[in-house]
Amino acid sequence: MSEHIVSPKIYAVIGSTLLLFTGVTVYAAYVDLGPLNIVVALAIATFKATLVVLYFMHLRYSPKRTQLVIIAGVFWLAVMLFMTLSDYITRA
Amino acid sequence: MHRTGELYGQFQTLDQQRESATFGMWVFLVTEILFFGGLFLTYTINRHVYGVAFGVGSNTLDLKLGGFNTAVLIASSFTMAMAVWASQTGKKTQVTIFLILTLILGSTFLGVKVIEYSQKFEHHLIPGHGFDISYHSQNPSATDTPKLIQGEKEELEKALSRDPYLNSHTQLYFSLYFGMTGLHALHMVVGAGLLIWLIKQSFRGRFTPDYNTPVELIGLYWHFVDIVWIYLFPLLYLIDRHQ
Repeated sequence: MSEHIVSPKIYAVIGSTLLLFTGVTVYAAYVDLGPLNIVVALAIATFKATLVVLYFMHLRYSPKRTQLVIIAGVFWLAVMLFMTLSDYITRA
Repeated sequence: MHRTGELYGQFQTLDQQRESATFGMWVFLVTEILFFGGLFLTYTINRHVYGVAFGVGSNTLDLKLGGFNTAVLIASSFTMAMAVWASQTGKKTQVTIFLILTLILGSTFLGVKVIEYSQKFEHHLIPGHGFDISYHSQNPSATDTPKLIQGEKEELEKALSRDPYLNSHTQLYFSLYFGMTGLHALHMVVGAGLLIWLIKQSFRGRFTPDYNTPVELIGLYWHFVDIVWIYLFPLLYLIDRHQ
């Protein structure tokens, strides 16, 4: 299996999408959504990060073994955040 | 040193050798995710407990500079990706050009960061003895409009009524702001050093379709640093903008 070459066209589309959503996240911050503001901000950031990982970092075209490493890393991060916050948020 | 792309003894094919290198880089980046993850966790807990102070701290940041820097960093990720593409397709001059563009954009980011940090110094927003969240509203500079200062004073008054220890708690915000953006900036400085090395190699025409692993791996690192900023920007700059 030889390496996959991603075309400049895809890079340009991804780059512009990232810039567009940077604008969207700034705009969304000025709208009062109550507790949903942070949810929207993190959803947009995660969407942007996913685009970077899949296309700029070629994860979409990487072997399953490499994909598993990322999934494992994000999983342990989620465990750390989830377990600590389930303590802090439920304290009396 | 192994820089010319010959096959090492422990590998069977060049593809296997290349995939091993990429795999190793990803394992390193996963340790980086957890490294920054600890800071993000600290941030989340403190923001949960001291929400009012974090909102006040966040609103002192310059959104124009922060937004500009976000765009600059995304552009630098694009030029980095283009450098990888150019090396994979054998366009030797373009590899060098795209790497230099990436370095320029990365340095621009750091330059803007210097401006932002120095503003915080001037406004007494460095955690420590001289820290004073109300310093700027009491000592406005000549260019600040009275309306802006009035708005800041009202915001501080409102926040103080909800959090009497506002001054201490905003220090927590700024400790995390400098800790997280500082660690991120340190990664940018390391990345800039790696780019300078890549540019030197690229000038010698070292990167070809058969051998471009260093461009690919440093590219992965650069994009990772970009992702950290993609999260830092909304978390630090955009907490309470609608208020």
